Amino acid sequence: MQDSAFKDTHREQRLFLIRIAVAALGVLVLTLVLVVRYYYLQVVRHEDFATQSENNRVHVRPISPTRGLIYDRNGVLLADNKAGFTLSIVVERSPDLDQLLADLDALLNLDDDELRRFQRQIARRKPYEPVPLRINLSEEQQSIVAVNEYRLQGVEITAQLVRHYPHGELLSHVLGYVGRINDRELPTLDPARYSGTYVIGKTGIEKSYEDQLFGEVGYEYVETNARGRVMRLLERIAPDVGKDLHLHLDIRLQQVAWEALGEERGAVVVMDVRSGGVLAMVSKPGFDANLFVTGISSKDYNALLHSDDRPLFDRVTQGQYPPGSTIKPSFGLAALQTGVMTTESTIFDPGFYRLPNNTHKYRDWKKGGHGSKVDLHTAIVQSCDTYFYTAGVKMGIDELHFYGSKFGLGEKTGIDLPSERSGLMPSRDWKRGAKGVTWYPGDTVNTSIGQGFMLATPLQLAVMAARLAARGDMIVPRVVRDVGDDVHQNHVTLGRIKAEDRYWDYVIDAMKDVVHGPRGTAKIINQGLDYSIAGKTGTAQVVGIRQGESYNSAQLSKRNRDHALFVAFAPVEDPEVAIGIIVENGEHGSSTAAPIARTVFDSFMALKTEPQGEQHAGQ
Amino acid sequence: MQDSEFVRRMRPENFGVYGSRGWQRIHLDLPLLLLLLLCCGAGLFVLYGASGHDRHYVERQGVFMALGLVGMMVAAQFNPRFLVRWAVVPYVIGVLLLVAVEFVGTGAKGAQRWLDLGLFRFQPSEILKIACPLMLASYLGTRHLPPSFRQLAIALVILMVPAVLVGMQPDLGTALLIFSAGFFVVFLAGLEKKYIFGAILALLAVAPPFWMFFLHDYQKTRILTLLDPQADKLGAGWNIIQSTTAIGSGGLQGKGWSQGTQSRLDFLPESHTDFIIAVLAEEFGLVGVLVLLALYLLIVGRGVMISINAQTMFGRLLAGSITLIFFVYVFVNMGMVSGILPVVGVPLPFVSYGGTAIVTLLLGFGMLMSISTEKKRL
Repeated sequence: MQDSAFKDTHREQRLFLIRIAVAALGVLVLTLVLVVRYYYLQVVRHEDFATQSENNRVHVRPISPTRGLIYDRNGVLLADNKAGFTLSIVVERSPDLDQLLADLDALLNLDDDELRRFQRQIARRKPYEPVPLRINLSEEQQSIVAVNEYRLQGVEITAQLVRHYPHGELLSHVLGYVGRINDRELPTLDPARYSGTYVIGKTGIEKSYEDQLFGEVGYEYVETNARGRVMRLLERIAPDVGKDLHLHLDIRLQQVAWEALGEERGAVVVMDVRSGGVLAMVSKPGFDANLFVTGISSKDYNALLHSDDRPLFDRVTQGQYPPGSTIKPSFGLAALQTGVMTTESTIFDPGFYRLPNNTHKYRDWKKGGHGSKVDLHTAIVQSCDTYFYTAGVKMGIDELHFYGSKFGLGEKTGIDLPSERSGLMPSRDWKRGAKGVTWYPGDTVNTSIGQGFMLATPLQLAVMAARLAARGDMIVPRVVRDVGDDVHQNHVTLGRIKAEDRYWDYVIDAMKDVVHGPRGTAKIINQGLDYSIAGKTGTAQVVGIRQGESYNSAQLSKRNRDHALFVAFAPVEDPEVAIGIIVENGEHGSSTAAPIARTVFDSFMALKTEPQGEQHAGQ
Repeated sequence: MQDSEFVRRMRPENFGVYGSRGWQRIHLDLPLLLLLLLCCGAGLFVLYGASGHDRHYVERQGVFMALGLVGMMVAAQFNPRFLVRWAVVPYVIGVLLLVAVEFVGTGAKGAQRWLDLGLFRFQPSEILKIACPLMLASYLGTRHLPPSFRQLAIALVILMVPAVLVGMQPDLGTALLIFSAGFFVVFLAGLEKKYIFGAILALLAVAPPFWMFFLHDYQKTRILTLLDPQADKLGAGWNIIQSTTAIGSGGLQGKGWSQGTQSRLDFLPESHTDFIIAVLAEEFGLVGVLVLLALYLLIVGRGVMISINAQTMFGRLLAGSITLIFFVYVFVNMGMVSGILPVVGVPLPFVSYGGTAIVTLLLGFGMLMSISTEKKRL
């Protein structure tokens, strides 16, 4: 008994020893597993995890640069940045987004546009990125939000600069505006550069000089915790402020041109003949560009978009009108230079023109015609259509196209503004391509007085006037004079229109008599002139008048009346300034368009001598 | 039953006597005590950094450690023979409390684990981490070994009742610990190999239905996450991604005490409780991990020595089980945080914040000391 018990105990002890040894071995093996695992994580994969941990911790936040300012030629501020407050939401930090939006709606009265835009942006945000809900909080709204902040978890209010256009609709088309970056623009932008920026130049200078105005984005390296809260700033790379722009434009002249157009719809472009700088550029009606900066409501937008007056439409660069008689000096010069006419050539004008072997009558605007012995001078001064029909047909469409193009017709002027349209200077090739038919002699007849297929923008009219004034210098219009401290572009030219000096003298002299001559079509503006103006009136048909009918303005509704056009430059002896004007449905260039030129030129001459001290405030 | 049999008298001459014989007399195992104190100290140090220098945590943890150490010393005074005789009492009480939890327990995160006693809440399952192996050791240790089939069957019932009850709470981590603790007793008692292999086969057989019918969804997710943490980066995979990132970014030397960005910036969840090893690994690197692991291994080694030198089979079984279960804590915790085991709620001994686990562990070590200082007899 004692023995067996002892033996049993011994056996049991041995068994236990084996078992505990096995267990100890197991402990060692498992410990080895742990060591290997930690070695793998901490030594083998250390680099990966160190990087991942840094990425966790350090976040790069873009700092959007301050947009460059825009000044007029005398340093008057045209586009400013004002402090504004933006309300954004960090979705990750809001426990209940729907509730939060409902609360904000109760406080701030959110509209559908804001919400729709917000929801769209939420879909493509990065984690913990604040998504703007309303960009321009009023002071009152800001304090409402501040008071209720405790229950608006996830809401952030940040101060930032918001574009402001102090001159409102006066410059709406030239400056254009900035607006929220939309879904179409987003893929075209450099994401690094534009992160942290909500707006981009949409039209006008704001668009064409977006790169220069924008500057360079800065960065902030911040340490954030797992919930995205910034714990401390690690490093800051300051953004480069966007470059300021100085325009050729003179806000005072712009104002004068704007007011001179009165209640009419139309466009006025004033150019410095020597530099090509645009001194004034009015498209009327305009709109308040400030509406677009922080996101225009769809109601306001639709009102602008669907207005019959088309205020959003920039007539200066995009409005295309038949240039009418304003092209006569250019085509007259062409006739002399090509030799189809001489300064002594005369024609007989019975009041109409007929192509050989054709009964169709191309009428002169003057019933009964300008009589016999009509030379080029008379033809320009009195705007004789029959003379130009004759000269045009003699030159042929190819010469008309060649010279028209030299004066800038049918080609983009190359101005530093976006979305410019080219107008139309027809040619055989164009007609075959666009219409699929050959060029008829009748087309040449219509083209020779700036009708038919011909179209020109008001800017092209001004350019044509400037090129006449500069005696063939193919000057290119420019809006921006200086970018930052660099003189940007002063006098850009495409070459010279080759014509003999005496022909220039002849044509310019005829244009002078349009204003100064006793029978000039624009003689009503010559009263009290102490300088000289050379000009040319024009009329562009809005509705066609059939054979045998006559134009009767009384029977036509205002919107179907002819457009009134006028091109001019001054002073004749040493031209400084050129102008192109169109007054929609203004009927006669002489009565509605020409007086605008006189007003603007008078003002230009006065401003030349006026000290600019008080206007220097913005510099 | 004599008085001296269960509570040994504290003779005045035993006080003020140092040296191992003196420690022996007050039933404390000096090497084990020193290792445990070292471990507790290291734990507090890491916790202070991990909690963002929150003295509140450290103070509470310190109080629990002190309580645990007192409890350990008290437990050490019990004669193992007394433990054998009364082992059934804590076991039965524990099981009854577990049943009570099912009805009146308070939940946290969808699991009923806590019993609110007014003054404090505690988890009855903690009792069973000790009571279950104690019960099994007292049952098997007093019988001829290796255990017969009938004894095994009874042992299985003793083992499975609390394990299943805890598993149903559901608290898979604790159930696993209780089961392991009990299993170690049976294993050390000489469970025959055929049963071991049989059990393994049986486990494989029941695993699929267990998966389909008994596991809660969140438990399944945890296991699946282990296989591919990137599948649900911001959800179930987050913990593991962040903890492995913390560990890996620590490198060999670590980022320095309190310099762990993963934990300081709240990327690491549960950074002062179950996942604290990631903080240690991030701040002290592989060196820190190995030092702590060595400390744990020394404790295990001392436990193994005690179990080998124990005077009775009961003592061997209990000491072995307590020692091995301690290692299971370490392995499961460090394994789950480093992404080789599914995430179950097992704290890192003496380092993770949490009072009950510390007290339970130290009570276990108290019994270990009681066994180690049992008078040698023939």
